[in-house]
Amino acid sequence: MHARMSARGSGSQMSEISMSRPAVGEAGRTGDWRNNRPVIDAAKCLAVKQGKVTCQICWVYCPDGCIAQGVGPVIDLTYCKGCGICAEECPAGAIEMQPESLHGVCAVDETGEAAR
Amino acid sequence: MSDQVSVMTGNEAAANAARLARVQVIAAYPITPQSPVVEQLAAWVESGELPAEFVAVESEHSAMTVCIGASTVGARTFTATSSNGLAYMTEQVWWAPGARLPIVMCVVNRAMAAPWNVLNDQQDSMSVRDAGWVQLFCRDNQEILDTTVQAYRIAERLHVPVMVCYDGFLLSHTMMPVAVPTPEQIDAFLPPFTEPFTVVDPGDPHNIGPVVMAEPRADETGATRGGYMEIRALHHRALLDALAIIPETDAEYASAVGRSWGGLTWEHLLDAAEVVLVAAGSLGTQLTVTAEQLRSEGIKAGVLGIRAYRPFPVEALRDKLAGRRLALVFDKALSYGYEGPICSDLRGAMLGSDGAPAVFGAVCGLGGRDVSPEDLAEAARRALTDLDAGARTRETDWINLHLEG
Amino acid sequence: MDTLTREHGMYEIRWHGRGGQGAVTSAKVLADAAFRSGFEGVTSQPSFGAERRGAPITASSRLAHESIRILSQVTTPDIVVVLDDSLLSVANATTGMRPGGTIIVNTVKTASELGLDGDLRVVTSDVTGAAEAAELIVAGQPMVSTAILGAFAAATGLITMDSVEAAISHAFHGPAAKKNIDAARIAFECTRA
Repeated sequence: MHARMSARGSGSQMSEISMSRPAVGEAGRTGDWRNNRPVIDAAKCLAVKQGKVTCQICWVYCPDGCIAQGVGPVIDLTYCKGCGICAEECPAGAIEMQPESLHGVCAVDETGEAAR
Repeated sequence: MSDQVSVMTGNEAAANAARLARVQVIAAYPITPQSPVVEQLAAWVESGELPAEFVAVESEHSAMTVCIGASTVGARTFTATSSNGLAYMTEQVWWAPGARLPIVMCVVNRAMAAPWNVLNDQQDSMSVRDAGWVQLFCRDNQEILDTTVQAYRIAERLHVPVMVCYDGFLLSHTMMPVAVPTPEQIDAFLPPFTEPFTVVDPGDPHNIGPVVMAEPRADETGATRGGYMEIRALHHRALLDALAIIPETDAEYASAVGRSWGGLTWEHLLDAAEVVLVAAGSLGTQLTVTAEQLRSEGIKAGVLGIRAYRPFPVEALRDKLAGRRLALVFDKALSYGYEGPICSDLRGAMLGSDGAPAVFGAVCGLGGRDVSPEDLAEAARRALTDLDAGARTRETDWINLHLEG
Repeated sequence: MDTLTREHGMYEIRWHGRGGQGAVTSAKVLADAAFRSGFEGVTSQPSFGAERRGAPITASSRLAHESIRILSQVTTPDIVVVLDDSLLSVANATTGMRPGGTIIVNTVKTASELGLDGDLRVVTSDVTGAAEAAELIVAGQPMVSTAILGAFAAATGLITMDSVEAAISHAFHGPAAKKNIDAARIAFECTRA
């Protein structure tokens, strides 16, 4: 579709600037971008071991806000891009980055795995 | 009209305009020949005569960044720079119009390094002409004051930043009489800036300036939001709207203050002119003397001054140049490897237009090389000689170049 | 270009001083004084170039009874003002002067002692002495930049002393303004045309 650019009159309802309200998944299903997914080993997770909402370092560091606090924390695989920062930062080494091919790329869990 | 007339420099005129416009945030870094503008504003902020926030920054990039931040939250902002300072803020000079922020910046035109040169030419403004600012050029210190005030009205109506350009040293440091309007006159002309596009509300938080995709897509409410191309098309349309807004604003200013600057272009002795001398800025002022001299020699010369360079006033130029023999465009800049930028733009606009004149270009004044009305007259005589000899195209004429020493 | 300025009834003035001596201030205050004296068109500008304290510098002014539209450097001055006679041997102060032009020099020498050649009217004034008499000393040096306007008024008759005083009052405040005005008045009296 080609538009002849003219001044005034042909009002567009589109916004003149890039601006949005914060919303889950505002940038789309970014989970589709993943090559590796984080898997939390409950046996090592400090929150699980202590039975309370403690540590939560993975939640702090996730740059996309797709880890929810919990016993243990829950990763939202619809949006997790597999950057690996949570695995890097976990003080207990409880998070392992596993290739998507192990999990079947077509079958994406909606809630992510807290434990095997 | 109760203007106070004082003899002042162009920099002082710009500072007075920012004060009258009641700017709220100023962020700038000093550079010759802009420094006195900012020094004066800083002194007024210090004394309380100007109740604005003055942010001292460590670079021009940060200066424009602070202006972007302040404008985003709805503050009326001001900055000024020249030459390499403008170059230093380049990515932010592109950001501001894309983000539709009505910042006003004075560019005190100075040559670009290398080599270092603090003196006047227009290369700095030309280097960012494509970024999507409104670019206005001033021909004397009175116009600097009036245009800088008008710039806020234009910027805030269109949500497009405006660059007010004036020649370093020739205007910035040269004293001449300037009538300073009263605050009452300017308040009647320029309402407060109250409606930015951006929403900054803790009760309704927004992401401002997130990444945009190539294609339009649905947002979180399901509404279709533009891709990059739509957002930029709307920006471009706003610049086309400026073709009407600039003259309208000038007319409103004339009602409020009693002075008009002609809107997009201005003219001198254009009636029945066969040779039209074209330039932006103070060069245009000198050309009026040149045209009078040529007329006294029997050459039907006139001047067409470019006030708005962006948006480029295509229709106005076609209309005013139709039927002339020659348009001689004087650039104080060069698109290296090609020719003067105003010359190229004008020739391009004439293509296919009824009665279009021949368009020749001249380059002068680079790095502050002195150029007198007589130098300009000689250039016009040379151009006419070549035109009369049948030239339809012509190499750019470099005025007062001394390659042989 | 001779005809351009003559026909426009414009006066072109060139100032010679040393960086830090105030030649730019002289040009600025002159522009203001000339405007107050009735010249509708005035411009003043410093020489555009690298400047440092002590280095010879120039400034230019133009006065006319209509708006000034020429911004290029003054090359054929009607009037030259020399703030420091030591500059006469290092700067070509009379270069380009129009025949019959006036050169005003801050000096204790007489016109003939200065030895300036050409179809020139030489006017001398001990502006340094005037500044000293008015106790106008800045950083240990007598400041001649505004006082010399008194000599300019006396030599050319183009500006009135009232306008000089008003312009000085606009540029300077408090006790500084009074001393500058006093120095200008003394220089006006001491000028030998």
